[in-house]
Amino acid sequence: MARKSVSMTKLALTGNEAVAEAFRQVNPDVAAVYPITPQTELMHKFSEYVYDGKVETELIAVESEHSAMSAAVGAAAGGVRAITATSANGLALMWEVLYIASGLRLPIVMAVVNRALSGPLNIHCDHSDAMGARDSGWIQIYSENSQEAYDNALQAFRIAEHSGVLLPTMITMDGFIISHTTEVLEILDDAAAREFVGEYKPMYTLLNPEQPVTMGPLDLQDYYFEHKRQQVEGMYNAPAVIEQVAQEYAALTGRKYGFIEAYRMEDAETAVVVMGSAAGTTKDVVDTLRERGIKVGMVKLRVFRPFPHEQLAEALSHLKSVAVLDRCISFGAQGGPVYMETRSAMYGKEIPIYSYIYGLGGRDLIPSLVESAYNDLFEGTPDPKMRYLGLRE
Amino acid sequence: MARLTEIRWHARGGQGAKTAATFLAEAAIEDGKYSQGFPDYGPERMGAPMRGFTRISDQPIRLHCAIENPDVVIVLDDTLLDSVNVCEGLPESGVLIINTKKEAAAIRSKLDWTGKKLFLVNASEIALEEMGRPIPNTPMLGALAKVSQTLSLEVLLKDIEKKFSKKFKKQIVEANLRAIKRAYEEVKPA
Repeated sequence: MARKSVSMTKLALTGNEAVAEAFRQVNPDVAAVYPITPQTELMHKFSEYVYDGKVETELIAVESEHSAMSAAVGAAAGGVRAITATSANGLALMWEVLYIASGLRLPIVMAVVNRALSGPLNIHCDHSDAMGARDSGWIQIYSENSQEAYDNALQAFRIAEHSGVLLPTMITMDGFIISHTTEVLEILDDAAAREFVGEYKPMYTLLNPEQPVTMGPLDLQDYYFEHKRQQVEGMYNAPAVIEQVAQEYAALTGRKYGFIEAYRMEDAETAVVVMGSAAGTTKDVVDTLRERGIKVGMVKLRVFRPFPHEQLAEALSHLKSVAVLDRCISFGAQGGPVYMETRSAMYGKEIPIYSYIYGLGGRDLIPSLVESAYNDLFEGTPDPKMRYLGLRE
Repeated sequence: MARLTEIRWHARGGQGAKTAATFLAEAAIEDGKYSQGFPDYGPERMGAPMRGFTRISDQPIRLHCAIENPDVVIVLDDTLLDSVNVCEGLPESGVLIINTKKEAAAIRSKLDWTGKKLFLVNASEIALEEMGRPIPNTPMLGALAKVSQTLSLEVLLKDIEKKFSKKFKKQIVEANLRAIKRAYEEVKPA
C-alpha cells in the first residue's frame, strides 16, 4: 500500500450514503434528482445536504429521469458541474438523453445503483440497466463495495472533465447488496477531497459570450460521422487519464485502483472474471479453494467502458480455462456482455472461456454457487452453452 | 473474536429488525471492528416475514450475500416459528434467541433444532412497559449482549445513547437504555 498522505475518517455508511458523501464533498453546481428504488436514498441524503446548506448545489427536482438527464445536459452545457443518479427503468428512460450527453461531450457524473429492468417488476440487483447503456458513449466504472463506490465517485469527476476525455461517466454499485448495506469505509477530509477533484473549468460553455459556441445543432451527412469519431478519441484517451487519476488517488489514500483487479492470479490455473459486489464473495471462495491446494484466481473488472481488453487478456493468458460471470443476460447472444467482451479480448488464444449468468433480479450469489463454477472448470469440460448459477430449471 | 460472527434476524416488517441489524453493525464499527448490516428486502409490507443480517469481524469483510450458516439467530416474533424455519443453517452449536412470553417446552416443540444455546426473553413486554410501544428490537440487542461475545453491554449502551440522542428526546433514549438493561438481566436459557 502506498503511504497515506491525508487524514481519513472511518464511517459506517451504506453505499448510497457513501456516494452522497462524495457528492457532498465535491459540491457540484447542479444536481437533477428523481427518485427510484434503490437509488432514492442517495439523492434523499444529498438533498438533505442541500437544504442544510452543506453544499451550494442547485437541486432540481424534475418530473422524470428523462428530464433529470435533460436538466443535467442543460446545466453542463451551461458550463457547470452537474450530477444525477438513477437505477433500472430510470436509466432506461434516460436512454436517448444519455447519447446527447456523450455526443455533446458533457462531463456529467451519474451514480447508477444497479437494478433489474422490468418486467416482470423487480427492484433488486442486476446489471441489465447499465449494460443497456453500454454503447451510449459513457464511461462505466463498477464498484465492489461502499468504499469503492465512494472512491470511484471522487475519481469520476477528474476522468470525465479531463480535456482529452470530456465524456460523461457513470459509477455503479449493486442495488441493495451495496446501496443498502451498512459497512465501514474511510472517507477523505473535505478539503483533501475537494482539492483532489479540483475546480471545474469547462472548455466550452453556452454562456460565454467571449467564445460563442453551438451545441447539438443539426449535424447530417456532412459532420456527424466525424463527431462520432471524436467521441471514440475521447474513449481512447480515457485509459491514460483513468490510470493517472488512480495513481494520484493512491498517493493520497493508499487505495490503489486499476482497470482490473487480479486476485491470486500469479500461479492460477483457472479463474473467474466478475464485476461488482460478487467479486468480494468470489475472493473468499478463491481463498477457500486455495486452502485445499486448488490453484484458482479471480479477475475483477472495474472499468467496463472503455473496456480494458489488453490488461484483461494479459491477466488471463496463462490459464487453462476461464469462467465469466455476468449479472445480465443478452438474449440470443452466446453469453453475457462481459463474457462476449472477454472472449473478444482473448481472440487468438487457445483458452476455453465459459459464460455463466447469475444473480438476475437479486438472486443471491452465495459462495457455493461460485465454487460450482470453479469446479466445472476443473472437473471436466463445461457445456459450451451459456450456464446459470443458482437457477431452478 | 478473530473469526467472522454472523447474525441473522427474523422478524415481521415494522418490528425494527432492519434497524437492529444495521445498528449492531454501526456499534461494532464504532468498537473498531469490521461489520456489515443489511436487510433482506422483500415486498416490504408491514407484518410480512423479513430477515436482517449482521456480520462482525476483526478482518475486512468481503462477502456480499445473505447469511446461510449463522452463528446467532435472533427471532423478534415467535409467531414466525409456525411459518418460517428460523433455524435453517444454524449449527447445533449456534445461539438462538427468541422474543416470546411462552415457556421453553412450547418453543422447543416448534423448532427443527436441538441445540443447547436457546435463550428466551419477553422483549415485547419489556418494550411496552419501558417505552410504551411493543417494538422489541433494542431490548433484543441487550439479550444478545448477555448471551454472546458479540458486543459488550457497556459498548452497546454507550452507542445507543450516542446515536439515539441525535434523533430522540431524552425520555425515549433513557427508556431504550432501561429496556436494553432489563432484557440483558431477564434473558434466560431454555
